[in-house]
Amino acid sequence: MTGDHRSLALLLFGLFVAATLAITTLVSRRRRGSPEEFYAGGRLFSPMENGFAIAGDYMSAASFLGISGLIALYGYDGMLYSVGFLVAWLVVLLLVAELVRNCGRFTLADVVAARMRERPVRIAAGVSAVTVCVLYLVAQMVGAGSLVVLLLGGSSATAPTWTVIGVGALMVVYVVFGGMRATTWIQIVKAVLLLSGAVLLTAFVLVRFRGDLGALLGTAAERSGHGAAFLAPGLKYGGDWRSRLDFISLGLALVLGTAGLPHILSRFYTVPTARAARRSVVWSIGLIGSFYLMTIVLGFGAAALVGQQAVRESNPAGNTAVPLLAADLGGGPGSTGGAVLFGVVAAVAFATILAVVAGITLASSASVAHDLYASLSRSGAGRFSEVTVARTASVGIGIVAIGLGLLARNQNVAFLVGLAFAVAASANLPVLLYTLFWRRFTTRGAVWAVYGGLVPAVVLVLLSPVVSGSPGSLFPQADFHLFPLENPGLVSVPLGFLAGWLGTCLSEDEPDEAKHAETEVRALTGAGAV
Amino acid sequence: MDDHDERDPGTTRLDDPWRDETESRDTDSGDDQLPNVPEIPALRSRGTWESSHETPGASGRICTRPGRDGPGTASAGAGSREAVYLEVHRSPAFREVRRRYRRFVLPATVLFLGWYFAYVITSTTAPEFMARPVAGGLNIAFLAGLGQFATTFLLTWAYARHARLRRDRAAMELRWAVYEQNRHHGDTGQEQVR
Repeated sequence: MTGDHRSLALLLFGLFVAATLAITTLVSRRRRGSPEEFYAGGRLFSPMENGFAIAGDYMSAASFLGISGLIALYGYDGMLYSVGFLVAWLVVLLLVAELVRNCGRFTLADVVAARMRERPVRIAAGVSAVTVCVLYLVAQMVGAGSLVVLLLGGSSATAPTWTVIGVGALMVVYVVFGGMRATTWIQIVKAVLLLSGAVLLTAFVLVRFRGDLGALLGTAAERSGHGAAFLAPGLKYGGDWRSRLDFISLGLALVLGTAGLPHILSRFYTVPTARAARRSVVWSIGLIGSFYLMTIVLGFGAAALVGQQAVRESNPAGNTAVPLLAADLGGGPGSTGGAVLFGVVAAVAFATILAVVAGITLASSASVAHDLYASLSRSGAGRFSEVTVARTASVGIGIVAIGLGLLARNQNVAFLVGLAFAVAASANLPVLLYTLFWRRFTTRGAVWAVYGGLVPAVVLVLLSPVVSGSPGSLFPQADFHLFPLENPGLVSVPLGFLAGWLGTCLSEDEPDEAKHAETEVRALTGAGAV
Repeated sequence: MDDHDERDPGTTRLDDPWRDETESRDTDSGDDQLPNVPEIPALRSRGTWESSHETPGASGRICTRPGRDGPGTASAGAGSREAVYLEVHRSPAFREVRRRYRRFVLPATVLFLGWYFAYVITSTTAPEFMARPVAGGLNIAFLAGLGQFATTFLLTWAYARHARLRRDRAAMELRWAVYEQNRHHGDTGQEQVR
């Protein structure tokens, strides 16, 4: 990488940071200290604004760089990811978005607590929400650290460390001073930047092949050395039964996890009504779907124009395929156009990570303050206001995320994201669906559903080959892997549903008819919604 | 960028969902009349949706935050609120809204999840089948993958349309009914979650 790349990327990224800090300042000048303002940004965003913000929250660097990189290296198998990430939104749209908007105020626990005994349910849902957030946060921080090395060519050992610390500090500043309103605007700016970058590169690729997609795929398959197999599944996940089962497990986690991600659920509270929540999801499905279609073009474009070997030499996991493609499209490495496009892509990737971590930090601080602190402090409301606690919590979460991000900096980013999805699908989705749709569901069922998904998911990961027993694992020397799959979803998601059912059946107290009636009426009509 | 600070929250909340729809509703949704409306007294006394829509000032109050009731009325309010929700829950109008929602959502969910898992499982267990060429350099795998995108977009559109035409208005009627009933009992119907 030349100095041109680096200075331009840093300049553009500096502009983004300046713009986001300006937004935060603007918002914080007239901040009111209410939870409504801090967690939900005043609830008056329009569906289109919120749709862009949801898309911004969801399209992480993992999908921009990771999926196109996987496609560049393994062809069709990379596409399986994008399909899972997109279809997941149908679960959100049909089963979750409107009902959650109608029943809750700020967090997932609100929805469950409205029907159940509040304290145990809130603590359980709060714990699982914070767990998911921290896992997701660490994944993004690790991604930020490795991105610096990959894109800016910093060979020094301290560069990733300082990046992780810098990203952590910035995200805390956004959240503490700007709350949900600043975070939402940052997501919108980032979504527009990311989509523009993707549109620009896709247009360049299509122009290069004169709009002939068949020629694009043909060239990619030919240059990959795999021929027609490059355009069919099996290159990455076609090995033994274990890798096939692992992929099915990942597919399950992806499609069911999105509806349990706390930072996605909290976005529905930034719009005034359930109908507006539905329309924001429709917007975001349009944006996210188009984006993933473009990453497919970019991935095959990188395979055709840059070539697998160059991609693999730059980064074995393929994460630099898109920046390399950008340099090639701009006129090849070393040219001015190439440096400009490379810098733009690098800056967009940084902006992406920064915005995503801000959204997750906010969601987890809401869970700590609104669910855990309020339930655990015996004197009820406690001595401090909820927003003060939330601000403090976001500083604490920032520190934890920086620490874990530094510890896990050699971990594979995609694995950490897949793990966060698996935990969300196992611990959050069963309790949410049971609460909304099952008449006989009880408090014990709710608590069991959360822990019954959370504990197996975490334990199975600890016992998986990711943590021990293989050269790429966290502890390569030790070997205590008893579970063959890397992703626990295939086992832990059914366990979460089973535990919720079992807990309900073994419950001593009768299900509360009136509370169920109230939940159902509120969920479907919006009566009494805030 | 923060222009919605200046909007009046009371009216925005109610107007927003209907903003782009007042024209299309009359022609497009002839089948959307509420069934058996008179079950809920508040609905009977109020008349049709159109008449209430002309008084946004009154309906805007649905969404404003309630003042705190005195401690004496709190327990009585909770009991009557329970009764109101149970009554609405039993009403044919609500059952119809729920039936419409479930009859669309449950089959649709089974279909799209089935189609997705069929795709994932076939891709991982039968790659040879997926690699079979169909036409113009495209194979089954590509058609299925792009098909997933297409069905997702299509179902999103169909669901949004179904909800807009078949559910939104009836749900709004019921929301208003609950509010009216609760106000009748001296409770604003606002859920105090904590």
